[in-house]
Amino acid sequence: MTTPLLDVQDLRTVFDTKEGTVKAVDGVSFQLEAGETLGIVGESGCGKSVTALSIMRLQRPGRIVSGKVQLKGRDITKVSDAEMREIRGQEIAMIFQDPMTSMNPVFRTGWQVAEPLLLHQGLTKVKAMARAVGLLGKVGIPAPATRAQDYPHQFSGGMRQRAMIAMGLTTAPQVLIADEPTTALDVTIQAQILDLLRNVNKEFGTATILITHNLGVVAGMCERTIVMYAGKIVESGPTTEVFAHPKHPYTWSLLRSMPRLDDELHQPLNAIEGLPPSLVDLPSGCAFHPRCQFKIERCSRDVPRLNLVGDNQLAACWVTQGGAELKRG
Amino acid sequence: MAETARAHVTRAWTASEPMVSVRGLKVWFPVASGVLQRTVAHVHAVDGIDLDIMKGETVGLVGESGCGKSTLGRTLIRLLEPTAGSIHFKGEDITKERGERLRARRREMAMIFQDPYSSLDPRQTVGDIVGEPIDIFELAKGKERQDRIYELLHIVGMNPRFADRYPHEFSGGQRQRIGIARALAVDPTFIVCDEPISALDVSIQAQIINLLERLQSKFNLTYLFIAHDLSVVKHISDRVAVMYLGKIVEMAPGGELYRRPRHPYTGSLLSAIPIPDPVLERARERLILQGDVASSVNPPTGCRFRTRCPGAREHCAQAEPPLESFGADHLAACFYPLEAS
Repeated sequence: MTTPLLDVQDLRTVFDTKEGTVKAVDGVSFQLEAGETLGIVGESGCGKSVTALSIMRLQRPGRIVSGKVQLKGRDITKVSDAEMREIRGQEIAMIFQDPMTSMNPVFRTGWQVAEPLLLHQGLTKVKAMARAVGLLGKVGIPAPATRAQDYPHQFSGGMRQRAMIAMGLTTAPQVLIADEPTTALDVTIQAQILDLLRNVNKEFGTATILITHNLGVVAGMCERTIVMYAGKIVESGPTTEVFAHPKHPYTWSLLRSMPRLDDELHQPLNAIEGLPPSLVDLPSGCAFHPRCQFKIERCSRDVPRLNLVGDNQLAACWVTQGGAELKRG
Repeated sequence: MAETARAHVTRAWTASEPMVSVRGLKVWFPVASGVLQRTVAHVHAVDGIDLDIMKGETVGLVGESGCGKSTLGRTLIRLLEPTAGSIHFKGEDITKERGERLRARRREMAMIFQDPYSSLDPRQTVGDIVGEPIDIFELAKGKERQDRIYELLHIVGMNPRFADRYPHEFSGGQRQRIGIARALAVDPTFIVCDEPISALDVSIQAQIINLLERLQSKFNLTYLFIAHDLSVVKHISDRVAVMYLGKIVEMAPGGELYRRPRHPYTGSLLSAIPIPDPVLERARERLILQGDVASSVNPPTGCRFRTRCPGAREHCAQAEPPLESFGADHLAACFYPLEAS
């Protein structure tokens, strides 16, 4: 077996709050292969963003309390801060939801795109700037040489996100983590950015982790999908399988609760009752059981582990692990 | 003479006429500049809209940020002043109403806001938030008022005991329920729902949509449902209006709009919305628009969509396409409409 590009093992990140310790990421394990597109979906507070930040070691004030993040076999939770800065610049890049707050408003855009090249590849200012202009053109900024002189506020939301992606690509990283890259954008601009990310993946072979709450985005973009709920992975597998035959009641219910553009009949939506749990006061057993329509007695007692259910899908559910099917009751 | 004049004024509105009727509505905002803050230009937020909403109907309004959909919603219930045009409510012209008349009018209309965090006063208890409209219109006092508040909370699916608590103790979905209870407090007939689910978690959105639909049939409400998510709008609406840069570019029943979009903007909007089905989603033909929405300070001449339209021709820059009929209940404003496939 070859080593995966990125191997996350039993990652646990906690936050200390007045109300108690919040287990934001609670034993997350997954692998990312070179060139692959992986989606992580879940609602706010499910731990998807903290997982990404922990991989980048940007989780502060949270603490990584256990687990490994192996990048090509090397555990990057253990490397020094200086080494981590190199890795961040060169091997893993991250783009964020809101390009307005994640770019520096007082520096010209071109310069911000060029900065990693100066810092990590020792290019001269002129050469770095030329590369930056080239990249801005590649991500679809019109008249890149002129626009590189603009400040971020002179860009529209979609253009800022393009510039962010250019920034992420400067050092040709092997892993690109995109945290809700299109959530702040309008749908037609979202379509442009997703198209760009698809092309980046194809052209540069960059393995992409796409974090989103939008199941439609994952359906169109990702080969594999991970579903998170209350700090844990509840289901993972090939996207087509997860969507066609979900093996966790949360995934199952979520897919049925959304109105779809291609719905023919008007019926009340199958809403998931109740609320996502508070992370300081999790229910006993499976965290989803109070909202689950398939729950059995065991679910409120024991925490289910993520196990193989079916051919290549993992699910943390006593019901499906017991061989039962998820069907409308 | 006097007899007929009065008969005209008090002529009863019948439900076969539109409940809300808007003609030539424009809402412009001045852009001030310089030391003297002179008005140098206008943002054409809403720029000539005709719209009828029938009793008991839900009209969906979609479009991207800045297209004027919220401005239109707010102007309909007279929260913003129209620059030109008329608004009729139940057959009466309310465009110029003010003072006591307008105040009385507000009992018939309500609004549900997008952000359940900033639209509820953090220092008021839930009971006082829901009770405020009751107090303003002196609808009930003492025990009766209390009972009405409990009833409203019960209607939106909240425990009446929560009346003594504060908004910060609740999640986004529950806060939105509080906002809905407040909107219902005056027993309105028409409610503008301005992106009521956009700020909510995915697993909560369906609860609120179902609640709004249940309330509509229970109280015979008329909705203008504003959202940027076309799948949600299509689900909840009888008819959907698509807005682009201050204008309605297409209007049709949701299913018809999805199956036979005629305006290229609607077509691209539909193809931009991801469907949560990997097989379908990957097989879809995509119409990805180039560029960004043009400025509403200086909207393009002719058709406003032409700067992004893949099918724009010379004529589109010269004349503005009117809304024309494309079959029953289907209007679109395009010189070169998409083929009905």
